[in-house]
Amino acid sequence: MSSFFTTAILTATVASGIQLAAPFLLASLGETLGQRSGVLNLGVDGIMLLGAFAGYYVALHTHDLLLAVVVAIAVGAALGLATAFISVTLRAEQGISGIGVYLFALGVTSLLFLKLVGTPLPVNKPRDLHVPLLHRLPAVGHTLFTQNVLVYLAFVLVPVLAFVLNRTTYGMNVKAAGENPAAADSLGVSVARTRYIAVIAGSSLAGLAGATLLFDVGIFQQNLTQSEGFIAVALVYFGAWRPIGVLLGSLLYGMTQAIVLSWKGLGIIPVSLSDLAAAAPAVITVLALLTIARRFRQPAALGTPYTRGG
Amino acid sequence: MTYEVDVATHVPQGEATRALRPPAPPRLRPRRLRLRLDWLVLPSSALAALAVGAGMLAALGASPVDGYHALLTGAFGSWYALSATAVKGVPLLLVGVGICIAFRANVFNIGGEGQIAMGALAATSTALALPNLPSVLLIPLVLVAGALGGGAWGAIPGAFKGYFGVNEILSTIMLNLVAVQLMNYLLAGPLVDHTSSVGGLIPQTRLLPKSSWLPLLAHDTQLHLGVPIAVAVAIAVYVLLWRTSFGFRIRAVGLSRDAATYAGIPVARTTTWALTLSGAMCGIAGSMLVFGSISHRMVTDGSLTGFTGSAGFNGIVVALFGGLSPLWTIVSSFVFAGLLVGGDAMQVVTNVPSDLIVALNGLVVVFVVSTEIVRRRARARVEATG
Amino acid sequence: MRKVLVILAAITALAAAAVPTATPKSHAQLKVALIAPSAHNDLAFTQSMHHALLNLQKKYNFQLSVSENQFVVANAANIMHQYAQEGYDLIIAHGSQYGATVQQLAPQFPKTTFAWGTAGETYGLSNVYAYQAASEQGGYVNGYVASLMSKTHVLGVIGPIAVGDAKLYVDGFVAGAKAASKKTVVNVAYTGSFSDPSLMAKQAQQFIAQKADVLTGSSQSVVGAINVARENHALWFGTQWTQASLAPQNTVATQMYDWMPLLKQIFTRMQAGKKAGLSYTITLRNGGEKIQFNKAFKTPPTIKAKAAKIIAGISTGKIKIPAGQ
Repeated sequence: MSSFFTTAILTATVASGIQLAAPFLLASLGETLGQRSGVLNLGVDGIMLLGAFAGYYVALHTHDLLLAVVVAIAVGAALGLATAFISVTLRAEQGISGIGVYLFALGVTSLLFLKLVGTPLPVNKPRDLHVPLLHRLPAVGHTLFTQNVLVYLAFVLVPVLAFVLNRTTYGMNVKAAGENPAAADSLGVSVARTRYIAVIAGSSLAGLAGATLLFDVGIFQQNLTQSEGFIAVALVYFGAWRPIGVLLGSLLYGMTQAIVLSWKGLGIIPVSLSDLAAAAPAVITVLALLTIARRFRQPAALGTPYTRGG
Repeated sequence: MTYEVDVATHVPQGEATRALRPPAPPRLRPRRLRLRLDWLVLPSSALAALAVGAGMLAALGASPVDGYHALLTGAFGSWYALSATAVKGVPLLLVGVGICIAFRANVFNIGGEGQIAMGALAATSTALALPNLPSVLLIPLVLVAGALGGGAWGAIPGAFKGYFGVNEILSTIMLNLVAVQLMNYLLAGPLVDHTSSVGGLIPQTRLLPKSSWLPLLAHDTQLHLGVPIAVAVAIAVYVLLWRTSFGFRIRAVGLSRDAATYAGIPVARTTTWALTLSGAMCGIAGSMLVFGSISHRMVTDGSLTGFTGSAGFNGIVVALFGGLSPLWTIVSSFVFAGLLVGGDAMQVVTNVPSDLIVALNGLVVVFVVSTEIVRRRARARVEATG
Repeated sequence: MRKVLVILAAITALAAAAVPTATPKSHAQLKVALIAPSAHNDLAFTQSMHHALLNLQKKYNFQLSVSENQFVVANAANIMHQYAQEGYDLIIAHGSQYGATVQQLAPQFPKTTFAWGTAGETYGLSNVYAYQAASEQGGYVNGYVASLMSKTHVLGVIGPIAVGDAKLYVDGFVAGAKAASKKTVVNVAYTGSFSDPSLMAKQAQQFIAQKADVLTGSSQSVVGAINVARENHALWFGTQWTQASLAPQNTVATQMYDWMPLLKQIFTRMQAGKKAGLSYTITLRNGGEKIQFNKAFKTPPTIKAKAAKIIAGISTGKIKIPAGQ
């Protein structure tokens, strides 16, 4: 245990927790936006998979990482458009249609990977950035404040989304569409348009989350996300539909995971118990939520398609 | 013209995850005028998905004709194939029936994968602990153990939702992650097969006692006792949901929590029971996967899918296609099992990975839920003119 | 509305019934099937067997059908059954998780020969071959060399699940590293999955943070860890199949599995009409395992010479590799 409590290992663990949290955070923020507008998107894992694969394929063939990220976001946006069309225009059952999108993406990415790529050649990741000044902090600065640009982007988006939701007209419309679409409609807010934008933007973030995960791993393989998108949806409930709550949830999950990985490596968790330890992030998240769940209520119109006058 | 009052079989699928909706008034429907248009929607969704699949096969350089030919023969082309399809359908049916229960109570159970694994682990442990019991005792016992294991794994999110307000989507997802680790721990540790350790241990149990195997019902087929049992369970759940007061309470809670509370129905307890039963169905599916398998052991490759074959998710597809009715789920589980079994055969012939079938399943779901609106409109029109 | 399901099922059943049954078999050519849990180009376990089969296809004139990515054990069982029913002569169940299925299927299809691995158990069946790799041997050599080359004296080892082939390799690696230098620290972790490269990568990053400058790992999911080695300029040691193409600047050596000698024996015995029921182990001594140094990486000749000595020592039995716990 003493081997864990050294400055170097501790900061490295925290840094890796931050990195692990980033894909969850991006996807959860996107889902938060969608859910606040009243649309439950369970296809996040699928969108992440397609985003990651598209980004991988582009990066592999063009070596242009910016293009890869843009394509991943674009794929996310396209799936967001499809999701919005299904849930808003066609008023389909949202939870189930999300499962459909997930299964479709899982199958298609496996198929395309096997047929178009095969051997998982690695791609480079975006350059690491130093946060000015902070990365010079003695002992911990370099480890904590040198991460790749997508990780920072994830964290920067937390206040951005909070601002959008709480301080802009569009944010008010989103919340109105999610709480009381009929009232919003009567005030002249287009519920459909608001939801379309929220879902497309949210799904773009899911695509970006896929790219972030991809660059962490450096390769694509079938089912690369291993249900991370579902965890991201779960963290929205954990975060009580607030960007700051989602941030806390993602960090809790990422940090627990990082600590488990670190302890496994150091032999603090014996090999015989390493499987049980791997369940720790999930258990801790559920238990943490048990204590706070009652205090928050989900958007009243979440999952309900809006029909004027209906 | 005859009219029937039909609340029971007519909860629209849209109801499943939709929170807080006023109870639908009993609908009067002219029986003879059930419209043909909505009959066409489900098969055309399936056909549309298959058409997309044909396009994908062609794009990948395989002949769609050969591919679908292989798929059909692989799934339905012989008695053996039919039996393999029926057996494949067993977990889909049971999970699907469990999904019906949960959705009718307006609870979204995406924890099927974990519940299957926990049921299988409970059943497997039981069989390993009591190897000397005769079949007549052991088989019912392992199925009950499976139901208890899966039920416990469903009861947790059920109680969390009912009593603590923890959203079931969150808790079922998280419990899947816990279940896979428990499975890996048990199969590589306490339950591991120590008898044949030449060349290192394999994460699997001992060969299970013969008296626990689900007996074959016909020679040279895979058809085992699990098939009729699963069908019987589906019928029993239908009776439970539509012919008992307990089932009425579940559906009442599903239609409107507020109205149910007002009517004096214990909402928290009913919710807990709905997810518990849903998990129990998945748990039975898990024990069927073990005791009706070719290998007659529980084996893991480290992932839930490796054991369940994604039955926890595919069961949702099946339940949806069956209109959230346990009886129609029997039929739809057979059709979807055929797709899955046939997909493997297709892979052998066309060299196109069976992941194509996973993708098509997803498309079917998307098409079916997207065309809900067409069916609703068709129905509405019939009601208006009737 | 739902009646349509019945109609749909009936139509599919009819369509299937109208379909002509299997084509007549020709017995001129051997029919061989490979069922594997990962892809044929996984740069690991499956590729080693697939490669060996392709190399022998001309010589033994067989028709090869490959079912890859069959990680769902129940599906793999169905496919094996299908192959057996279609009269395949040799079915290679390339994954220890398939053994239980082989045990049940082999007695039902006495004319079909089964081979499964990695494992040592034939269950006393006369149409089953078992094959395994003494992967602790190459693991020992890799660990020994890694220990000599590490500057930080911290090595990181990542396995999938602590059983079978992977555990043998990991235990051998640890023993070899310790034999080379007592002060080398070997950190071992298992991810709990054969198919999660993302978790492999995350674990590898932890090892880098813990000052490891050499990484190794087993299973088809190591590709995630290799990339971490590449990005952090750590050294990589491989097993099962060469992964040098992923990180040519970082890969030092690989324990290669060569299943050809084993397959040759099986084919020769099959052609001679001999029974199965044997268990094979590939080792450094019998040539089934080879330590391949990456040409693109300049390993110091002194270290190569030491490795050669260790290989010779293991082959002659002078070096005994202690079993792990």
